[in-house]
Amino acid sequence: MLRLEGLTKTYKTGDQALKDIDLEVPKGQVMALIGPSGAGKSTLIRCINRLVEPTSGKVLLDGTDIARLPSGPLRRARREMGMIFQEYALVERLTVMENVLSGRLGYVGFWRSFTRRYQQADVDEAFRLLDRVGLLAMADKRADELSGGQRQRVGICRALIQNPKLLLVDEPTASLDPKTSRQIMRLICELCAERGLAAIINIHDVALAQRFVSRVVGLRLGEIAFDGAPDGLTPEVLTSIYGEEDWEATIEKVDDPEEDIEAAE
Amino acid sequence: MSNELHDLLGKGWKKQPFIKRAWLRWSIYAGFVAYLVAAFATIEVNWARVYEGLDRGAAFVMAFTRPDFVSRAGDIWTGMAESIVMTVAASVVGIAISIPIGLGAARNIAPLPVYLICRGIVAISRALQEIIVAILLVAIFGFGPLAGFLTLSFATIGFLSKLLAEDIESMDRAQAEAIRASGARWMQWINYGVQPQVMPRLIGLSMYRLDINFRESAILGLVGAGGIGATLNTAFDRYEYDTAAAILILIIVIVMALEYLSGVIRARVQ
Repeated sequence: MLRLEGLTKTYKTGDQALKDIDLEVPKGQVMALIGPSGAGKSTLIRCINRLVEPTSGKVLLDGTDIARLPSGPLRRARREMGMIFQEYALVERLTVMENVLSGRLGYVGFWRSFTRRYQQADVDEAFRLLDRVGLLAMADKRADELSGGQRQRVGICRALIQNPKLLLVDEPTASLDPKTSRQIMRLICELCAERGLAAIINIHDVALAQRFVSRVVGLRLGEIAFDGAPDGLTPEVLTSIYGEEDWEATIEKVDDPEEDIEAAE
Repeated sequence: MSNELHDLLGKGWKKQPFIKRAWLRWSIYAGFVAYLVAAFATIEVNWARVYEGLDRGAAFVMAFTRPDFVSRAGDIWTGMAESIVMTVAASVVGIAISIPIGLGAARNIAPLPVYLICRGIVAISRALQEIIVAILLVAIFGFGPLAGFLTLSFATIGFLSKLLAEDIESMDRAQAEAIRASGARWMQWINYGVQPQVMPRLIGLSMYRLDINFRESAILGLVGAGGIGATLNTAFDRYEYDTAAAILILIIVIVMALEYLSGVIRARVQ
């Protein structure tokens, strides 16, 4: 569904963030992208929806090369890709409902969005999504009144109301506590499964990635250093991605009892 | 213990001076003091003239104890009404024009040519002092509030566009980026991603500008641009300090009321 061919990004400063990346993500696959800070993870997902302009290469979403689209078709292509951000990136002075509905901006005209008179179907869907993530009661609260975990749930609703084919997720748990991190990761993965969405999740927490995803890609200095199942992340592989360190404590044992306790909640 | 650490222990510590070279630092200090002394030495005070002026000053100050709102009441109210109309109209028009120029003058949302044009407009508006603009406009449009209205609108553009643009430039990029990622159009992006971030400051600055415009309107009358300033000028010309005092008191009361109002509004829109 998504295919990157020879994707390269060189910043004006001369830093080569991505070097000739080839990657294919089939429909419905949730993939984690790991790697040290500065490896190009953020640049990679931003090149896909062109918040960052790729220098060369192709970004093929269902056969359309997004890297070549002029601005009108690019806007339409962006509707197909929901994005979830580190630090949530909600518009803080807008209400929860406005933030969720802002995911529909690619579909509605300016006047309708300016007057906040969204179609009934959009409003219904926003309420349904907020109910799904347990925040229905917060609909008219301002986004900056919410806690971190709640904000990220709103961010998830905003991405899903776009009715995307693909989720681009940038460090969703970076500023959350360990328990909330797991809940958010679980929610994202469940929703992807429910809706048959593919997702690329940038994540620093290797153990968390291993627990929830079916495929892990390791990025090092703008190149793919690992691509495989989560249990293929041996200490040698992690060393090749991150550099020398004692990895035994990081790698998850497969049967972690805590998982079952939380799942029962 | 490393040698480096060993050398430092027991040495005491002081913050490094901003200018590292001692001779340069001290010559800058010395130069500054010398300039200050020389500058004060050039001020010439004619003490005899000051002594004479004290009487007039006293008369002026004493007038405040018995301001005369009554004998020129008609002129005062006409002037005040003219000033208020001029202020409100100039603020509304100025703010309306400032918003698009402010957007254009923010480097992070405007393309370079638009940015340069808008920054140019801001620079021209800020470079020309109100009084100079007013003299020019009075020469073109004649005496009266039209010249004052145009002057204040013009000055509002420079002030508000610049500060709005700077607020936009320092906004949180992530929030705006998230809106862009949804496939929003440019206008929607501004409305959802940028406007909520800068709105409190825009409202605060607009209130502040309203306040400035009112005070300026009192000055502009002195060069013939209408408003309460014209009435004030006439009162001074006739040595009617009691009427002048009444006008000044009214201006102070209105400015303070505006100040209070803007405080309340700013607290509400945070």
